[in-house]
Amino acid sequence: MATPDDLTFQEFEEAADLLSSNPGASTLSISSPGAAASSGEVRLDLSDDEDKQQESSELLGGEKQTGGFWTFEYYQSFFNVDTMQVLDRIKGSVMPLPGRNFVKHHIRNNPDLYGPFWICVTLVFSVAISGDLYTFLIKMGDPEFHYRPQFNKVSIAAVTVFLYAWLVPLGVWGFLTWRQSVERHISGYTFLETVCVYGYSLFIYIPTSILWTIPVYWFEWLLMAIALVISGSVLVMTFWPAVRDDTRLTAFATMAVIVSLHALLAVGFKLYFFETPKSTGSPHSGQQTTPAANHTLAVGKH
Amino acid sequence: MAEVEESSKRMFAGLSDISISEDIPVEGDISVPVRSQNADDDFSTLDEPVKDTILRDLRAVGQKFVHVLYPKKSSALLKDWDLWGPLLLCVTLALMLQGGSADSGDDGRPQFAEVFVIIWFGSVIITLNSKLLGGTISFFQSLCVLGYCILPLTVAMIVCRIVLLGSISSISFVVRLIVVTASFCWSTFASTAFLADSQPANRKALVVYPVFLFYFVIGWMILTFSPSP
Repeated sequence: MATPDDLTFQEFEEAADLLSSNPGASTLSISSPGAAASSGEVRLDLSDDEDKQQESSELLGGEKQTGGFWTFEYYQSFFNVDTMQVLDRIKGSVMPLPGRNFVKHHIRNNPDLYGPFWICVTLVFSVAISGDLYTFLIKMGDPEFHYRPQFNKVSIAAVTVFLYAWLVPLGVWGFLTWRQSVERHISGYTFLETVCVYGYSLFIYIPTSILWTIPVYWFEWLLMAIALVISGSVLVMTFWPAVRDDTRLTAFATMAVIVSLHALLAVGFKLYFFETPKSTGSPHSGQQTTPAANHTLAVGKH
Repeated sequence: MAEVEESSKRMFAGLSDISISEDIPVEGDISVPVRSQNADDDFSTLDEPVKDTILRDLRAVGQKFVHVLYPKKSSALLKDWDLWGPLLLCVTLALMLQGGSADSGDDGRPQFAEVFVIIWFGSVIITLNSKLLGGTISFFQSLCVLGYCILPLTVAMIVCRIVLLGSISSISFVVRLIVVTASFCWSTFASTAFLADSQPANRKALVVYPVFLFYFVIGWMILTFSPSP
């Protein structure tokens, strides 16, 4: 056969043929009858196999436990995203296609905390700054108005947004996990994936709040409807597959609660930060306040 | 085998001529001569006059200001970081955003504590963010860079207050807008020139965006500053 110094291509083919004919054969034993090849080639096959095994176990998911929660590496594992991945996830939250579950399609077992955190921070500042601009534009014609920056609204916006982005996912995750323990066939999501979905679904409110500075009445409510539909559908398409195996009442109730909480957030933003002043000066602003109150009642009965 | 040995012998043949004959005594000191004065200067600065101490720190701060104003890819800001400059700038900015007169009815203006907290907590959060994304810059170096790059915005604040000493009109607003926008761009550009190199290439935008947001919020606070009537 071949000499040990002569590592020709033919030897490799022999080993490859043996492996392909018997794929389940362990390549560990050097003493197996067919492995006349040199030990270097056996080592090659072994490393290939190990790599493939590692890759498949990562793809199958499972918690990546890198250290305890007191180490820095634990938190670093939540920021394991690239620029393109973050942009892709944002795009997925803005254009929800039916049938594409946000978690399965975009997150893919790599939930990150970068997106939710910085989208919430941006939302806080965009809502506060746009609200400030809006108040300024509304009152610009008033000669008695002296512009004062409403900086305390930033604190209120921050508390609201961060409470929403962390407590509501906690509640939804807790509820889904409880239902999962009661009825086996419901698939749940991990807490981080829920936080991720909620965080990215809030992205649509950032351009909405910037566009809300245009003080045209019907345009504001149209914008709100569009934003609600888009981010609501992201949430619905994510959580519907998790609850549809449950009883119809529970499923619909869960969906209704999720959507109405989201709507409450949007309406609350609109009414608090972009409130039209109840001044008796111009009839235009007087017209705006009563339909706004009617809309609140209508949404409240949801 | 044999040929290799032959060739190496030829290459190193000249070395055998260089040798120290054994009858010349080799003497000398192996220890590095240390002048006692230098050792004292390096380890204790207790004996110098206070003016020297303060001036040395001020000169370091001033040198870093110059580096921020003309941002080049130098590592002076990164190598010896100090937090005196950021503290000075932060306190100046927060004081100037107060408006001078103590008016209790005006609660809309950002309080001193709010400005302080935004600048320092903002810097800490941005630094943590860049470290979590895998950056190689150290914690205090990043705080130092972010703090020093507030300098253009502080200069803009001074200019805005001078402009506001005149009449409040739309022209003054346009001037203030231009000044604040220019200094905001300058700050962001200066800090990314220092910070962006420490990040892997596919995450640079993820690190630059929070810096952009940080200086945007500070710029907004400066632009919306209105003196009390």
